[in-house]
Amino acid sequence: MTTTTLAVLVPLLPFLGAVAGLLLGRTAPGFVRPLAVLPTLAAAALAVVVAVRQGGGKAIEAATELTPTGSVPIDLALYIDGFAALVAVLVGVVATCVQIYSTGYLREDPRYPSYAALVSLFTSAMLLVVYSGDLMVLLVGWEIMGICSYFLVGHYWETPEARAASLKAFLVTKLGDVPFLIGLFALATDAGTFRITGVLGAVASGGIDHPTLIALLLLAGVAGKSAQFPLHTWLPDAMAGPTPVSALIHAATMVAAGIYFTARLLPVFAESAAAMTVLAVMAAITMVGSALAALAQDDIKRVLAYSTIGQLGYMAGALAVGDRGSAVFHLLSHAAFKALLFLAAGTVIHAAGTNSLTAMSRMSGLAKRIPDAYWTMTVALLALAAIPPFAGFFSKEAVLVAAEHTALGDRTVAPAGAGWTVLVAGLLTALLTAAYALRLWLRTFHGRGAEAPDHGRQPLAMTSVLWVLAIPSLGFGLTVTYLDDWFDGNALTPTLTTAVLGTGLAAAGAVITYAVWRTLAARTPVGAAAPHVAHPDAEAGLVEAEALRLPHPAEDPADPGRALLGPLHGPAADGFHLDAVYRAAFVRPVLAAASLVRFLDREVVDTYVQAAGNSAKGLGWLVRRAQTGNVQTYLSALLAGSVVLAIVAVALANAAAGA
Amino acid sequence: MHLAYPAVLAALLFAVGVYGVLARRNAILVLMSVELMLNAVNLNLVAFDVWLRDTLHAGQALTLFTIAIAAAEIGIGLAIVLMVHRNRGTADIDRLRDTAERPDSQDSPDDASADETPTGEKAEATA
Repeated sequence: MTTTTLAVLVPLLPFLGAVAGLLLGRTAPGFVRPLAVLPTLAAAALAVVVAVRQGGGKAIEAATELTPTGSVPIDLALYIDGFAALVAVLVGVVATCVQIYSTGYLREDPRYPSYAALVSLFTSAMLLVVYSGDLMVLLVGWEIMGICSYFLVGHYWETPEARAASLKAFLVTKLGDVPFLIGLFALATDAGTFRITGVLGAVASGGIDHPTLIALLLLAGVAGKSAQFPLHTWLPDAMAGPTPVSALIHAATMVAAGIYFTARLLPVFAESAAAMTVLAVMAAITMVGSALAALAQDDIKRVLAYSTIGQLGYMAGALAVGDRGSAVFHLLSHAAFKALLFLAAGTVIHAAGTNSLTAMSRMSGLAKRIPDAYWTMTVALLALAAIPPFAGFFSKEAVLVAAEHTALGDRTVAPAGAGWTVLVAGLLTALLTAAYALRLWLRTFHGRGAEAPDHGRQPLAMTSVLWVLAIPSLGFGLTVTYLDDWFDGNALTPTLTTAVLGTGLAAAGAVITYAVWRTLAARTPVGAAAPHVAHPDAEAGLVEAEALRLPHPAEDPADPGRALLGPLHGPAADGFHLDAVYRAAFVRPVLAAASLVRFLDREVVDTYVQAAGNSAKGLGWLVRRAQTGNVQTYLSALLAGSVVLAIVAVALANAAAGA
Repeated sequence: MHLAYPAVLAALLFAVGVYGVLARRNAILVLMSVELMLNAVNLNLVAFDVWLRDTLHAGQALTLFTIAIAAAEIGIGLAIVLMVHRNRGTADIDRLRDTAERPDSQDSPDDASADETPTGEKAEATA
């Protein structure tokens, strides 16, 4: 088969799997698991083949026009360069891992068939976004992801948190998608085509008339999808979904789509220095703010969610300094270790019977209960904290090197101010990242108190996937020298200055956190055991759904994050009250407007409608009074009427004759 | 014989029939009044047939026709009255008012129709 055929099959297979899964879910439950895993696995294998054939060389292009649209043509187009090939491999691999993990995690869930089908659809939409060479086709995948995330985040829709979170995720991302759509139209109007190659050609020849406006509109959509400040608030709440869904959303799909889209159209953004500066500031605020918030969270998954936002900030920062190679490099390595972190966190929540770090810090020996999760999570956290030689070190260094070069004027794609912003924020975030990674690790696996409950071994489907993902988390960074050719050709290797600075700051953050943790641990007594789920022996998905509803323990004095943040702890734990600000700024006015509309509808418009209805009803009531049920009355009326008519007819006839 | 005699007699008969249909309360008497009205018409038909010296005697033919139909009609009518009487124990027209509009049906038509269903079924059965 040609490479083009294989590439078409990559998004198509999970889509067919999703359709078949939805159709057969009830009638043939035995086929659900194979239908969930096999198409995704095949898509991943095909993506690998496509990547090998593409080989980082010339981009593979193919297009077919289904129907003429009249104005700007819309093509079914493929455009596979090194970025697309590698990101597709990543999406396929992570989605396969998530599907396999879900077979163990949601084994007894009654809604597993629809869940698995939606995950397949999600994967297929992301692969469509990755391979598409036409912006409209890309938008289709983009929006399918939005609706899939709504369904998957709301998987436990019995709980109000999950319902609220799914609505919030949908609305917030849609808030970004509206300007995004307008931006796409504006871009296509200027460029005269929706094809990415055409758009890039128009940019190269200076055919874009309003680069700043278009770039800012597109950035809104990117910020919504990739959870950048100020549209990031949906991501921490999306933790109400099952853990594998979080892994999928945070690692391979959805949030990666925004970064990937910006990387694809980076020349458009680079046309406007203002847009690059806005992106840099957005990335810097996102990085530092999310790292501070991550340090204050108590829910293990929310820590990871804020860390995702921070790492996406790094990628956005790399894009802001015009280096898409390092951005996508960080995207790939982050996807590997973040998927691993979430899947391991799912195992931890199952084993501990709670999602609260405070509750976990009050039980000992959790590491012994789940050694697979312990070791793989350690690897992933080291990668997150960018400790050499783990994957995160190389990719984060690539970002910092690009920022440094821009700041010092060696690269001129973006303004130097953007470079400085990203560099300083990135270094500060490196310190904070190491701190919250170590805090997470210490509080999860090194608690003091009662023995952790024993639920036996975790299913093989869950643990094996962790080790599979641990390999790229550990070794992906070592491929850095080969990756240059796949991307733009910029060197991605770390330089001495940023490596020493970044690693030094990370080490400093880790040492400070450890020292604070030791001091606090020595000073505070062991707290009472925190509440757990009622049915700790149930399967993992049920335990997690139950843990969602647990009350979080009150402030824990032994929390190093609390001591480190000081007065910032309160606001940081609450996401810097951004939700409250949005509530006051947007939700309240909208609700007030809605109640006004309700009043106008009920009291004003409805009055006319009611009056019209009531008058007809009243007339009917009057006429119905005549309905006595006595046949003789009717006949009398009939007779009287006939007589009157006859008299009138005769009188008229006489009058006519007389005249 | 002058036409006035049968014409006046027919008019009187018809008037009596109309009075009976509109005013009598017993269903059988109402049916009898209907017969009176029919016969008044028959009388007119025969009288005018003779007075007009119709060669085809269309009036007499029509009279025979009416008599046959009236016989069938009274048969069915009496059968219906008999069934009503067996079901209700009465053939009083004033008390057969199932199709009347209830005064309370303005506010709650559902209740009114629910109340009416049993009697409505009975009326159907009798018909």
